[in-house]
Amino acid sequence: MMQELLQYLFAGITNGAIYAVIALGFSTLYNATDLINFAQGEFVMLGALLLVTLWLQLGLPLPLAFVLVVLAVGLAGILFERLAIRTVRKPDPIVLVIITVGASIFLRGVGMVVWGRDPMAVPPFSELESIEIAGAYLLPQSLWIFGIVMILVVALTLFYKRTLTGKAMSACAINKRAASLLGIGTERMTLMAFALATGLGAVAGIMIAPITMATYDMGSMLGLKGFCAAMLGGLGSLWGALLGGFVLGIAEAMGVGFVSSGLKDAIAFLLLLLILYIRPTGILGVKSSHRF
Amino acid sequence: MKAGKLKVLAALVVGVAMAGLIFTPSAFAQDTYKIGGIFAVSGGASFLGDPEKKSMQMAVDQINAKGGIDGRMLEAVIYDTKGDPTETVQFANKLINKDNVLAIVGPSTTPTTMPVIPQCVRAQLPLISCAAGNGIVNPIQPYVFKTAQSDIMAVATIYTYMQKQGIKKVALLCVDNGFGTSGAVQLREQAGKFGLTVVSDESYGGKDTDMTAQLTKARKAAPDALVCWGTNPGPAVVAKNAKQLKIEFPLFMSHGVASPKFIDIAGDASEGIMLPTGAVLVADTLPQDHHQKAALDAYINDFKAAYGSGVSGFGGYAYDAIKILEIALKGTNGDKAMLRDNIEKVQGYVGVTGTFNFSPTEHNGLGEDSFLMVRIENGTWKVME
Repeated sequence: MMQELLQYLFAGITNGAIYAVIALGFSTLYNATDLINFAQGEFVMLGALLLVTLWLQLGLPLPLAFVLVVLAVGLAGILFERLAIRTVRKPDPIVLVIITVGASIFLRGVGMVVWGRDPMAVPPFSELESIEIAGAYLLPQSLWIFGIVMILVVALTLFYKRTLTGKAMSACAINKRAASLLGIGTERMTLMAFALATGLGAVAGIMIAPITMATYDMGSMLGLKGFCAAMLGGLGSLWGALLGGFVLGIAEAMGVGFVSSGLKDAIAFLLLLLILYIRPTGILGVKSSHRF
Repeated sequence: MKAGKLKVLAALVVGVAMAGLIFTPSAFAQDTYKIGGIFAVSGGASFLGDPEKKSMQMAVDQINAKGGIDGRMLEAVIYDTKGDPTETVQFANKLINKDNVLAIVGPSTTPTTMPVIPQCVRAQLPLISCAAGNGIVNPIQPYVFKTAQSDIMAVATIYTYMQKQGIKKVALLCVDNGFGTSGAVQLREQAGKFGLTVVSDESYGGKDTDMTAQLTKARKAAPDALVCWGTNPGPAVVAKNAKQLKIEFPLFMSHGVASPKFIDIAGDASEGIMLPTGAVLVADTLPQDHHQKAALDAYINDFKAAYGSGVSGFGGYAYDAIKILEIALKGTNGDKAMLRDNIEKVQGYVGVTGTFNFSPTEHNGLGEDSFLMVRIENGTWKVME
């Protein structure tokens, strides 16, 4: 019994870490622009597929490929903001959200044309055996994801709390007009937030590719789950994204283990509804009254 | 305001006129024998539709190169359904009403085939589906045939092997789409017949990225073997997870992953996995006197020459369908009812997928020889006795 429970927990941690790292991208962008980017999952896909091209097909060393992929996807994010978001004449939130949905379909199409329709396998970063703890096995790649998510959350928290640029970015989200009156270049901040969020998406794609494999249509489901995780933890909260990811992943795994595998997704979404009902801002979400 | 109304009226008139043009049945269509093809050339089922489209075109070209049928050339009209039932129905309509085809080959999957069946029955037009689902030819519809093996036979092949190996308890793990649920039904129903007990019955989502929870649950039930029913990439994840969990009982998969792509993405984890497949995948290892050897070699070499890529296990469904039509079309002068009757009379056609023997009560026509059990060893398929 104990062994199974532990194994379900580990399965949950593996999936939870994946959801958390994607949720981070949602929260980062929301933090700076109050915008939800439904193409976030597609930027994760771009990260994973570009890694396949640079690392496996062109044979670049992994750290170099990592940096190049993040830069390239960040650049794609900048282009996306410049071409599709900024050019909107009446930037209502609902219009912008629908534009991101459109962008996700576009990016999926691009992914299919460039990389084809077949899934591609990516080897794990370290050729280690799975780690055995009390009869249950944990993937080394899960630990990689876990470690990197932790580092990212700490670094982003420091960025928002300690640096002037970070504070300026939060200010833009709270009130764009007021921030602009204080001399903050709000357009530049939005652009930076897009680069940051899509770059994070690329990191997510790179990290999860060895577990999920890389396909052009991997982004939609992962984006949805990442969005759920971000909502669960509290949109805009970085620690919330982390927590939301793990709660979602572990709830799914326990659902499979103790209820039924057919109800796996239903259990996860039921949990989301329940939490949003009790706490509309998510577990660690900031109350909306803080924003004016 | 007035100008606007006029414009709408003009557009309406032009629209009606064009619609008339499109739907006027063409009286000159019988110069060639037109055969329709609807395959999932792109989208999630493209691993089926793409080779099917290529194989159908190749078979048609070959027949034309030999001078056609009764002096008439064949013409293939092929559409891409993207695996979407709605688009499939629209294209089937187009084939029936506008292109005036004599028969339709395809669709590639069961969910896209089912809605097309009533259309073809109503139009009294032979349909030769390339999908696996048993529901296509059961109950028998006069105008509906299929060339792909049923999951009934795939399951029977696996269970026969298990019985010989003395396996008693089996765990199931099926994908929660049409392919998986149809397989799961067969796996459950036939288990008793082969002395097997299903001790664990789980499912997974087609895009799930981790199946360790399901495998842990299966392991708890202590089965002698696990059968995973799905198409790429899910089974590759299952194979990888099973290796990570150091699961010791053998893994069986469906014919849905019988392609080199599976070995490619599952890597080392695919070693030792057993699955049923058509003979096409292992054609080079078959003995010269194998009854399908000549048909397989011809198909494989022609396909390589035409497209420069290796064959998959699926293109043969469309190839066989055209070859069966070639036999049945002779002497019909393009009469669809006669064509239908002739398909039911096709006997002993040795094709890529197996030997076909059609009859009024058998519209799939395949026998036991359509599946072999193979085992993945050193990154390739090995036929098991």
